[in-house]
Amino acid sequence: MSVPKYWRNIPQRYRLEAVKCIKCGKLFFPPRPVCNECRSQEFETVHLSDEGKIVTFTVLNSAPSKFSYQTPYPIAVIELSDSAKICAQITDCDIDKLYIGMPVKLQMRKLSTEGDAGIINYGYKAVPA
Amino acid sequence: MVGITSYGAYVPRYRIRVEDIAKEWGADSESYKRGLFLNEKSVAGMDEDTITMSLEATRNALRRAAIDPNKVGAVYVGSESHPYAVKPSSTIIAEAINAVPHCHCADLEFACKAGTESLFITYGLVKAGLITYGLAIGADTSQGAPNDALEYSAASGAAAFFVGTENIVANIEATYSCTTDTPDFWRRDNQVYPRHGGRFTGTPAYFKHVHLAGKMLLEKTGVTPAEIKYAVFHQPNGKFPQRVSKMLGFSKDQIKAGLLAPSIGNTYSASSLISLTAVLDIAEKDDLIMMVSYGSGAGSDAFLFRVTDAIYQTRDKAKTTMSYVNERLVYLDYGLYAKYRDKIIIS
Ligand SMILES: [Zn+2]
Repeated sequence: MSVPKYWRNIPQRYRLEAVKCIKCGKLFFPPRPVCNECRSQEFETVHLSDEGKIVTFTVLNSAPSKFSYQTPYPIAVIELSDSAKICAQITDCDIDKLYIGMPVKLQMRKLSTEGDAGIINYGYKAVPA
Repeated sequence: MVGITSYGAYVPRYRIRVEDIAKEWGADSESYKRGLFLNEKSVAGMDEDTITMSLEATRNALRRAAIDPNKVGAVYVGSESHPYAVKPSSTIIAEAINAVPHCHCADLEFACKAGTESLFITYGLVKAGLITYGLAIGADTSQGAPNDALEYSAASGAAAFFVGTENIVANIEATYSCTTDTPDFWRRDNQVYPRHGGRFTGTPAYFKHVHLAGKMLLEKTGVTPAEIKYAVFHQPNGKFPQRVSKMLGFSKDQIKAGLLAPSIGNTYSASSLISLTAVLDIAEKDDLIMMVSYGSGAGSDAFLFRVTDAIYQTRDKAKTTMSYVNERLVYLDYGLYAKYRDKIIIS
Protein backbone atom coordinates (compact mmCIF):
# COMPACT_ATOMS: atom_id res chain seq x y z
CA MET A 1 0.00 0.00 0.00
CA SER A 2 1.31 3.47 -0.85
CA VAL A 3 2.10 5.82 2.03
CA PRO A 4 -0.50 8.46 0.98
CA LYS A 5 -3.22 5.79 0.73
CA TYR A 6 -2.34 4.41 4.16
CA TRP A 7 -2.36 7.91 5.60
CA ARG A 8 -5.78 8.73 4.08
CA ASN A 9 -7.26 5.60 5.65
CA ILE A 10 -5.96 6.22 9.17
CA PRO A 11 -9.25 7.50 10.67
CA GLN A 12 -11.16 4.38 9.60
CA ARG A 13 -8.33 1.92 10.25
CA TYR A 14 -7.35 3.19 13.70
CA ARG A 15 -10.64 4.38 15.16
CA LEU A 16 -13.40 3.00 12.92
CA GLU A 17 -14.56 6.35 11.64
CA ALA A 18 -17.62 6.04 9.43
CA VAL A 19 -20.00 8.62 7.97
CA LYS A 20 -23.76 8.87 8.37
CA CYS A 21 -25.90 10.63 5.77
CA ILE A 22 -27.55 13.60 7.50
CA LYS A 23 -30.56 13.46 5.14
CA CYS A 24 -31.49 9.77 5.12
CA GLY A 25 -29.37 8.31 7.94
CA LYS A 26 -27.55 5.69 5.89
CA LEU A 27 -24.20 4.58 7.35
CA PHE A 28 -21.09 4.23 5.18
CA PHE A 29 -17.88 2.43 6.08
CA PRO A 30 -15.51 3.20 4.53
CA PRO A 31 -16.73 6.80 4.26
CA ARG A 32 -17.84 8.02 0.81
CA PRO A 33 -18.46 11.48 -0.63
CA VAL A 34 -22.01 10.96 -2.00
CA CYS A 35 -24.90 8.99 -0.48
CA ASN A 36 -26.00 6.23 -2.88
CA GLU A 37 -29.49 6.31 -1.40
CA CYS A 38 -30.44 10.01 -1.59
CA ARG A 39 -27.47 11.64 -3.40
CA SER A 40 -26.82 13.93 -0.46
CA GLN A 41 -23.27 15.08 0.16
CA GLU A 42 -23.79 16.03 3.78
CA PHE A 43 -22.47 13.57 6.34
CA GLU A 44 -21.65 13.45 10.02
CA THR A 45 -18.68 11.47 11.37
CA VAL A 46 -19.56 8.57 13.63
CA HIS A 47 -17.41 5.91 15.31
CA LEU A 48 -18.43 2.30 14.82
CA SER A 49 -18.68 -0.04 17.77
CA ASP A 50 -15.67 -2.30 18.32
CA GLU A 51 -17.93 -5.22 19.27
CA GLY A 52 -19.83 -7.53 16.98
CA LYS A 53 -20.41 -11.10 15.84
CA ILE A 54 -19.29 -13.31 12.99
CA VAL A 55 -21.77 -13.39 10.09
CA THR A 56 -19.70 -15.78 8.00
CA PHE A 57 -16.06 -16.77 7.65
CA THR A 58 -13.59 -18.74 5.61
CA VAL A 59 -10.11 -20.06 6.34
CA LEU A 60 -7.25 -19.18 4.00
CA ASN A 61 -4.71 -21.94 3.53
CA SER A 62 -3.03 -20.42 0.52
CA ALA A 63 -2.34 -16.72 0.92
CA PRO A 64 -0.55 -13.92 -0.94
CA SER A 65 3.20 -14.05 -0.23
CA LYS A 66 3.00 -11.13 2.21
CA PHE A 67 0.69 -13.16 4.46
CA SER A 68 1.90 -16.69 3.75
CA TYR A 69 3.71 -17.00 7.11
CA GLN A 70 0.35 -16.59 8.86
CA THR A 71 -1.54 -19.45 7.20
CA PRO A 72 -3.96 -20.90 7.96
CA TYR A 73 -5.90 -17.81 8.99
CA PRO A 74 -9.61 -16.93 8.97
CA ILE A 75 -11.25 -13.96 7.26
CA ALA A 76 -14.75 -13.02 8.34
CA VAL A 77 -17.66 -10.75 7.67
CA ILE A 78 -18.52 -9.21 11.01
CA GLU A 79 -21.70 -7.43 11.96
CA LEU A 80 -20.90 -4.76 14.53
CA SER A 81 -23.38 -3.99 17.28
CA ASP A 82 -24.41 -0.79 15.47
CA SER A 83 -25.36 -3.04 12.48
CA ALA A 84 -22.47 -1.98 10.22
CA LYS A 85 -20.84 -4.92 8.42
CA ILE A 86 -17.09 -5.09 7.93
CA CYS A 87 -14.59 -7.60 6.63
CA ALA A 88 -11.65 -8.47 8.85
CA GLN A 89 -9.12 -11.15 9.65
CA ILE A 90 -9.74 -13.06 12.89
CA THR A 91 -6.64 -13.38 15.04
CA ASP A 92 -5.70 -14.97 18.39
CA CYS A 93 -8.32 -17.65 17.78
CA ASP A 94 -8.60 -21.41 17.76
CA ILE A 95 -9.74 -21.98 14.18
CA ASP A 96 -11.63 -25.18 15.06
CA LYS A 97 -13.74 -23.30 17.57
CA LEU A 98 -14.99 -20.49 15.32
CA TYR A 99 -18.71 -20.43 14.60
CA ILE A 100 -21.26 -18.17 12.93
CA GLY A 101 -22.69 -15.83 15.55
CA MET A 102 -19.51 -15.89 17.67
CA PRO A 103 -18.99 -12.62 19.56
CA VAL A 104 -15.78 -10.80 18.62
CA LYS A 105 -14.03 -7.56 19.48
CA LEU A 106 -11.94 -5.44 17.14
CA GLN A 107 -8.35 -4.66 18.08
CA MET A 108 -5.56 -2.84 16.32
CA ARG A 109 -2.99 -5.23 14.88
CA LYS A 110 -0.09 -5.15 12.47
CA LEU A 111 -1.66 -6.10 9.13
CA SER A 112 1.52 -6.17 7.08
CA THR A 113 4.84 -4.45 6.58
CA GLU A 114 6.20 -2.94 3.39
CA GLY A 115 9.35 -5.02 3.08
CA ASP A 116 12.21 -4.55 5.57
CA ALA A 117 12.37 -0.76 5.35
CA GLY A 118 8.86 0.44 4.40
CA ILE A 119 6.03 1.49 6.67
CA ILE A 120 4.13 -0.81 9.01
CA ASN A 121 0.46 -1.14 8.10
CA TYR A 122 -1.74 -1.09 11.21
CA GLY A 123 -5.44 -1.78 11.12
CA TYR A 124 -8.23 -3.69 12.82
CA LYS A 125 -8.59 -7.40 13.28
CA ALA A 126 -11.23 -9.34 15.19
CA VAL A 127 -10.44 -11.30 18.33
CA PRO A 128 -12.89 -13.73 20.00
CA ALA A 129 -14.57 -11.71 22.78
CA MET B 1 -4.70 16.16 44.02
CA VAL B 2 -3.00 14.55 41.04
CA GLY B 3 -3.17 10.84 40.40
CA ILE B 4 -4.19 7.92 38.23
CA THR B 5 -7.73 8.43 36.88
CA SER B 6 -7.81 5.18 34.93
CA TYR B 7 -5.57 2.26 34.06
CA GLY B 8 -5.41 -0.72 31.74
CA ALA B 9 -3.11 -3.65 31.02
CA TYR B 10 -2.56 -6.00 28.14
CA VAL B 11 -0.59 -9.25 28.03
CA PRO B 12 -0.58 -11.42 24.88
CA ARG B 13 -2.07 -14.91 25.20
CA TYR B 14 1.00 -16.80 23.96
CA ARG B 15 3.46 -18.40 26.38
CA ILE B 16 6.62 -20.45 26.23
CA ARG B 17 7.77 -22.57 29.15
CA VAL B 18 11.29 -22.29 30.55
CA GLU B 19 11.73 -26.07 29.96
CA ASP B 20 10.99 -25.64 26.26
CA ILE B 21 13.73 -23.03 25.89
CA ALA B 22 16.25 -24.93 28.04
CA LYS B 23 15.67 -28.13 26.05
CA GLU B 24 16.84 -26.50 22.81
CA TRP B 25 20.11 -25.32 24.31
CA GLY B 26 20.93 -28.23 26.59
CA ALA B 27 20.52 -25.93 29.60
CA ASP B 28 19.31 -26.84 33.07
CA SER B 29 15.76 -25.53 33.36
CA GLU B 30 15.72 -26.07 37.14
CA SER B 31 18.41 -23.42 37.60
CA TYR B 32 16.03 -20.88 36.03
CA LYS B 33 12.94 -22.19 37.78
CA ARG B 34 14.37 -22.57 41.27
CA GLY B 35 17.22 -20.08 40.97
CA LEU B 36 15.35 -17.21 39.33
CA PHE B 37 11.69 -18.13 39.95
CA LEU B 38 10.84 -18.14 36.26
CA ASN B 39 8.31 -20.69 34.93
CA GLU B 40 7.10 -19.28 31.63
CA LYS B 41 6.98 -16.00 29.75
CA SER B 42 4.52 -14.15 27.53
CA VAL B 43 5.19 -13.91 23.80
CA ALA B 44 3.61 -11.35 21.48
CA GLY B 45 1.60 -12.76 18.56
CA MET B 46 2.91 -12.39 15.02
CA ASP B 47 0.68 -9.36 14.43
CA GLU B 48 1.41 -7.67 17.77
CA ASP B 49 4.05 -5.13 18.70
CA THR B 50 4.64 -2.36 21.24
CA ILE B 51 2.13 -0.11 19.48
CA THR B 52 -0.76 -2.59 19.23
CA MET B 53 -0.30 -3.71 22.85
CA SER B 54 -0.04 -0.09 24.06
CA LEU B 55 -3.30 0.73 22.32
CA GLU B 56 -5.18 -2.24 23.79
CA ALA B 57 -3.95 -1.33 27.29
CA THR B 58 -5.08 2.26 26.62
CA ARG B 59 -8.49 1.08 25.39
CA ASN B 60 -8.89 -0.92 28.60
CA ALA B 61 -8.19 2.30 30.51
CA LEU B 62 -10.81 4.10 28.38
CA ARG B 63 -13.32 1.31 29.06
CA ARG B 64 -12.81 1.98 32.78
CA ALA B 65 -13.26 5.77 32.47
CA ALA B 66 -14.69 7.71 29.53
CA ILE B 67 -11.99 10.36 29.25
CA ASP B 68 -12.56 13.08 26.64
CA PRO B 69 -9.73 12.63 24.12
CA ASN B 70 -9.70 16.39 23.50
CA LYS B 71 -8.52 16.86 27.07
CA VAL B 72 -5.55 14.50 26.72
CA GLY B 73 -2.65 16.93 26.44
CA ALA B 74 0.22 14.45 26.38
CA VAL B 75 0.86 10.86 25.25
CA TYR B 76 4.13 9.18 26.17
CA VAL B 77 5.14 5.64 25.27
CA GLY B 78 8.11 4.19 27.12
CA SER B 79 9.69 1.15 25.47
CA GLU B 80 12.94 -0.36 24.32
CA SER B 81 11.15 -2.06 21.41
CA HIS B 82 9.49 0.78 19.51
CA PRO B 83 8.60 -0.74 16.11
CA TYR B 84 10.24 2.16 14.27
CA ALA B 85 13.77 3.39 14.99
CA VAL B 86 12.59 6.78 13.71
CA LYS B 87 8.84 7.58 13.81
CA PRO B 88 7.12 7.74 17.16
CA SER B 89 4.85 5.08 18.62
CA SER B 90 3.08 7.78 20.63
CA THR B 91 1.70 9.55 17.53
CA ILE B 92 -0.09 6.36 16.48
CA ILE B 93 -1.63 5.95 19.93
CA ALA B 94 -2.70 9.62 20.02
CA GLU B 95 -4.27 9.28 16.55
CA ALA B 96 -6.07 6.04 17.47
CA ILE B 97 -7.71 7.56 20.56
CA ASN B 98 -8.45 10.77 18.66
CA ALA B 99 -6.35 12.98 20.93
CA VAL B 100 -4.78 14.67 17.88
CA PRO B 101 -3.76 17.33 16.99
CA HIS B 102 -3.66 19.37 20.22
CA CYS B 103 -1.41 16.98 22.04
CA HIS B 104 2.26 16.66 23.04
CA CYS B 105 3.70 13.25 22.14
CA ALA B 106 7.05 11.59 22.72
CA ASP B 107 8.62 8.16 22.87
CA LEU B 108 10.80 7.44 25.87
CA GLU B 109 13.64 4.97 26.21
CA PHE B 110 15.52 3.94 29.37
CA ALA B 111 15.81 0.13 29.27
CA CYS B 112 13.09 -1.24 31.60
CA LYS B 113 12.37 2.14 33.23
CA ALA B 114 10.90 3.91 30.20
CA GLY B 115 7.33 3.14 31.28
CA THR B 116 7.53 4.73 34.72
CA GLU B 117 9.31 7.70 33.15
CA SER B 118 6.18 8.38 31.14
CA LEU B 119 4.18 8.28 34.38
CA PHE B 120 6.71 10.54 36.10
CA ILE B 121 6.55 13.16 33.32
CA THR B 122 2.75 13.18 32.91
CA TYR B 123 2.45 13.57 36.69
CA GLY B 124 4.70 16.64 36.55
CA LEU B 125 2.79 18.20 33.64
CA VAL B 126 -0.61 17.66 35.24
CA LYS B 127 0.65 18.98 38.58
CA ALA B 128 2.05 22.07 36.87
CA GLY B 129 -1.37 22.69 35.33
CA LEU B 130 -0.03 22.49 31.77
CA ILE B 131 -2.36 19.66 30.71
CA THR B 132 -5.69 18.26 31.93
CA TYR B 133 -4.93 14.59 31.28
CA GLY B 134 -1.74 12.80 30.35
CA LEU B 135 -1.52 9.27 28.97
CA ALA B 136 1.48 7.32 30.28
CA ILE B 137 2.34 3.97 28.69
CA GLY B 138 5.00 1.33 29.25
CA ALA B 139 5.16 -1.48 26.69
CA ASP B 140 7.68 -3.91 25.29
CA THR B 141 8.17 -6.93 23.06
CA SER B 142 11.61 -7.52 24.48
CA GLN B 143 14.09 -9.93 22.95
CA GLY B 144 16.87 -12.00 24.42
CA ALA B 145 19.46 -13.51 22.10
CA PRO B 146 19.01 -17.26 21.51
CA ASN B 147 20.77 -19.22 24.27
CA ASP B 148 21.38 -16.08 26.34
CA ALA B 149 20.17 -16.05 29.97
CA LEU B 150 17.81 -13.21 28.98
CA GLU B 151 15.96 -15.46 26.57
CA TYR B 152 14.28 -17.15 29.55
CA SER B 153 12.74 -13.91 30.80
CA ALA B 154 12.40 -11.36 27.94
CA ALA B 155 8.63 -11.06 27.52
CA SER B 156 5.83 -8.92 26.08
CA GLY B 157 3.12 -6.75 27.61
CA ALA B 158 1.79 -3.23 28.12
CA ALA B 159 0.19 -1.00 30.74
CA ALA B 160 -1.43 2.42 30.31
CA PHE B 161 -2.44 5.11 32.80
CA PHE B 162 -4.38 8.32 32.49
CA VAL B 163 -3.12 10.90 34.95
CA GLY B 164 -5.40 13.76 35.95
CA THR B 165 -6.96 15.70 38.78
CA GLU B 166 -10.59 14.48 38.79
CA ASN B 167 -12.07 11.08 39.69
CA ILE B 168 -8.69 9.82 40.83
CA VAL B 169 -8.53 6.10 41.62
CA ALA B 170 -5.01 6.23 43.08
CA ASN B 171 -3.57 9.50 44.28
CA ILE B 172 0.15 10.04 43.72
CA GLU B 173 1.34 10.95 47.21
CA ALA B 174 5.07 11.22 46.46
CA THR B 175 7.76 10.34 43.94
CA TYR B 176 11.49 9.86 44.06
CA SER B 177 13.97 9.16 41.27
CA CYS B 178 17.65 8.21 41.27
CA THR B 179 20.14 7.73 38.43
CA THR B 180 23.82 6.85 37.96
CA ASP B 181 25.86 5.85 34.93
CA THR B 182 26.04 2.05 35.28
CA PRO B 183 26.73 -0.07 32.18
CA ASP B 184 24.91 -3.24 33.29
CA PHE B 185 22.85 -3.81 30.12
CA TRP B 186 22.85 -2.16 26.71
CA ARG B 187 22.03 -2.54 23.05
CA ARG B 188 24.09 -0.73 20.46
CA ASP B 189 22.41 0.98 17.52
CA ASN B 190 21.35 -1.46 14.76
CA GLN B 191 21.88 -4.50 16.99
CA VAL B 192 18.94 -6.88 17.37
CA TYR B 193 19.82 -8.30 20.79
CA PRO B 194 21.09 -6.60 23.95
CA ARG B 195 24.25 -7.42 25.90
CA HIS B 196 24.55 -7.49 29.66
CA GLY B 197 27.16 -7.60 32.38
CA GLY B 198 26.10 -10.98 33.82
CA ARG B 199 26.44 -10.89 37.62
CA PHE B 200 27.15 -7.17 37.39
CA THR B 201 23.40 -6.67 36.78
CA GLY B 202 22.70 -7.53 40.43
CA THR B 203 24.37 -5.72 43.33
CA PRO B 204 25.76 -2.53 41.68
CA ALA B 205 22.81 -2.21 39.33
CA TYR B 206 19.32 -3.51 40.25
CA PHE B 207 19.75 -3.81 44.02
CA LYS B 208 21.63 -0.55 44.50
CA HIS B 209 19.09 1.59 42.63
CA VAL B 210 15.84 -0.12 43.63
CA HIS B 211 16.91 -0.19 47.26
CA LEU B 212 17.98 3.46 47.23
CA ALA B 213 14.78 4.64 45.54
CA GLY B 214 12.58 2.62 47.89
CA LYS B 215 14.48 3.78 50.98
CA MET B 216 14.45 7.44 49.94
CA LEU B 217 10.71 7.36 49.17
CA LEU B 218 10.00 5.93 52.62
CA GLU B 219 12.27 8.54 54.26
CA LYS B 220 10.76 11.38 52.24
CA THR B 221 7.18 10.44 53.17
CA GLY B 222 7.81 9.17 56.72
CA VAL B 223 5.79 6.06 55.84
CA THR B 224 6.96 2.72 57.26
CA PRO B 225 6.88 -0.55 55.26
CA ALA B 226 4.23 -1.87 57.67
CA GLU B 227 1.85 0.93 56.65
CA ILE B 228 2.09 -0.04 52.98
CA LYS B 229 -0.39 -2.64 51.74
CA TYR B 230 1.29 -3.58 48.46
CA ALA B 231 4.85 -3.16 47.25
CA VAL B 232 5.55 -3.54 43.53
CA PHE B 233 9.03 -3.77 42.02
CA HIS B 234 10.54 -4.14 38.59
CA GLN B 235 10.87 -7.87 37.88
CA PRO B 236 13.81 -8.97 35.73
CA ASN B 237 12.99 -12.39 37.20
CA GLY B 238 11.03 -13.67 40.20
CA LYS B 239 13.97 -13.65 42.57
CA PHE B 240 15.33 -10.08 42.47
CA PRO B 241 12.09 -8.37 43.60
CA GLN B 242 11.72 -10.82 46.50
CA ARG B 243 15.27 -10.09 47.66
CA VAL B 244 15.03 -6.30 47.38
CA SER B 245 11.66 -6.25 49.13
CA LYS B 246 13.24 -8.08 52.07
CA MET B 247 16.12 -5.55 52.11
CA LEU B 248 13.54 -2.77 52.39
CA GLY B 249 11.58 -4.48 55.16
CA PHE B 250 8.56 -5.84 53.29
CA SER B 251 6.99 -9.24 53.88
CA LYS B 252 6.14 -11.83 51.22
CA ASP B 253 2.44 -11.00 51.61
CA GLN B 254 3.03 -7.39 50.62
CA ILE B 255 4.63 -8.31 47.27
CA LYS B 256 2.65 -11.44 46.36
CA ALA B 257 -0.16 -9.74 44.40
CA GLY B 258 2.25 -7.87 42.15
CA LEU B 259 4.75 -10.67 41.58
CA LEU B 260 3.98 -11.67 37.99
CA ALA B 261 7.42 -12.53 36.57
CA PRO B 262 7.09 -16.28 37.37
CA SER B 263 4.01 -16.43 35.07
CA ILE B 264 4.71 -13.84 32.37
CA GLY B 265 8.45 -13.13 32.57
CA ASN B 266 10.05 -9.70 32.40
CA THR B 267 7.87 -7.38 30.35
CA TYR B 268 10.61 -4.71 30.54
CA SER B 269 9.12 -1.20 30.38
CA ALA B 270 5.73 -2.66 31.35
CA SER B 271 6.96 -4.86 34.21
CA SER B 272 6.34 -2.82 37.35
CA LEU B 273 3.39 -1.05 35.67
CA ILE B 274 1.48 -4.25 34.80
CA SER B 275 2.04 -5.35 38.40
CA LEU B 276 0.61 -2.04 39.58
CA THR B 277 -2.54 -2.68 37.50
CA ALA B 278 -2.88 -6.15 39.06
CA VAL B 279 -2.73 -4.56 42.52
CA LEU B 280 -5.23 -1.81 41.59
CA ASP B 281 -7.61 -4.61 40.52
CA ILE B 282 -7.81 -5.83 44.13
CA ALA B 283 -6.83 -2.88 46.35
CA GLU B 284 -9.22 -1.24 48.81
CA LYS B 285 -9.86 2.41 49.58
CA ASP B 286 -7.00 4.07 51.50
CA ASP B 287 -4.51 1.28 50.76
CA LEU B 288 -0.98 2.57 50.23
CA ILE B 289 0.93 1.11 47.27
CA MET B 290 4.64 1.58 46.66
CA MET B 291 6.05 0.99 43.19
CA VAL B 292 9.75 1.06 42.29
CA SER B 293 10.91 0.54 38.72
CA TYR B 294 14.40 -0.17 37.47
CA GLY B 295 16.06 0.63 34.18
CA SER B 296 19.53 -0.50 33.28
CA GLY B 297 21.97 2.22 32.55
CA ALA B 298 20.81 2.86 35.37
CA GLY B 299 18.08 4.30 37.52
CA SER B 300 14.86 3.80 39.47
CA ASP B 301 11.59 5.72 39.77
CA ALA B 302 9.63 5.28 42.99
CA PHE B 303 5.98 6.21 43.55
CA LEU B 304 3.71 6.10 46.56
CA PHE B 305 -0.01 5.82 45.73
CA ARG B 306 -3.07 6.03 47.94
CA VAL B 307 -6.16 4.25 46.58
CA THR B 308 -9.46 6.18 46.68
CA ASP B 309 -13.05 4.91 46.73
CA ALA B 310 -13.41 5.87 43.03
CA ILE B 311 -11.64 2.56 42.36
CA TYR B 312 -14.89 0.67 43.05
CA GLN B 313 -16.80 2.45 40.26
CA THR B 314 -13.95 2.11 37.78
CA ARG B 315 -12.10 -1.17 37.83
CA ASP B 316 -14.81 -3.68 36.88
CA LYS B 317 -15.43 -2.08 33.48
CA ALA B 318 -12.46 -3.76 31.79
CA LYS B 319 -10.71 -7.13 31.86
CA THR B 320 -8.59 -7.70 34.96
CA THR B 321 -4.86 -8.05 34.64
CA MET B 322 -4.95 -11.55 36.14
CA SER B 323 -7.39 -12.67 33.44
CA TYR B 324 -4.71 -11.73 30.89
CA VAL B 325 -2.12 -13.58 32.96
CA ASN B 326 -4.12 -16.78 33.46
CA GLU B 327 -6.82 -17.21 30.80
CA ARG B 328 -7.01 -18.33 27.15
CA LEU B 329 -3.32 -19.23 27.13
CA VAL B 330 -1.66 -20.88 24.13
CA TYR B 331 1.70 -22.58 24.65
CA LEU B 332 4.28 -22.36 21.86
CA ASP B 333 7.10 -24.78 21.21
CA TYR B 334 10.52 -23.32 20.47
CA GLY B 335 10.03 -23.50 16.70
CA LEU B 336 6.81 -21.49 16.75
CA TYR B 337 8.28 -19.10 19.31
CA ALA B 338 11.25 -18.48 16.98
CA LYS B 339 8.82 -17.77 14.15
CA TYR B 340 6.63 -15.46 16.26
CA ARG B 341 9.61 -13.45 17.44
CA ASP B 342 11.29 -13.18 14.02
CA LYS B 343 14.27 -15.25 15.13
CA ILE B 344 14.32 -17.08 11.82
CA ILE B 345 15.86 -15.22 8.90
CA ILE B 346 13.93 -15.90 5.69
CA SER B 347 15.69 -14.49 2.65
ZN1 LIG C 1 -28.60 9.66 2.20
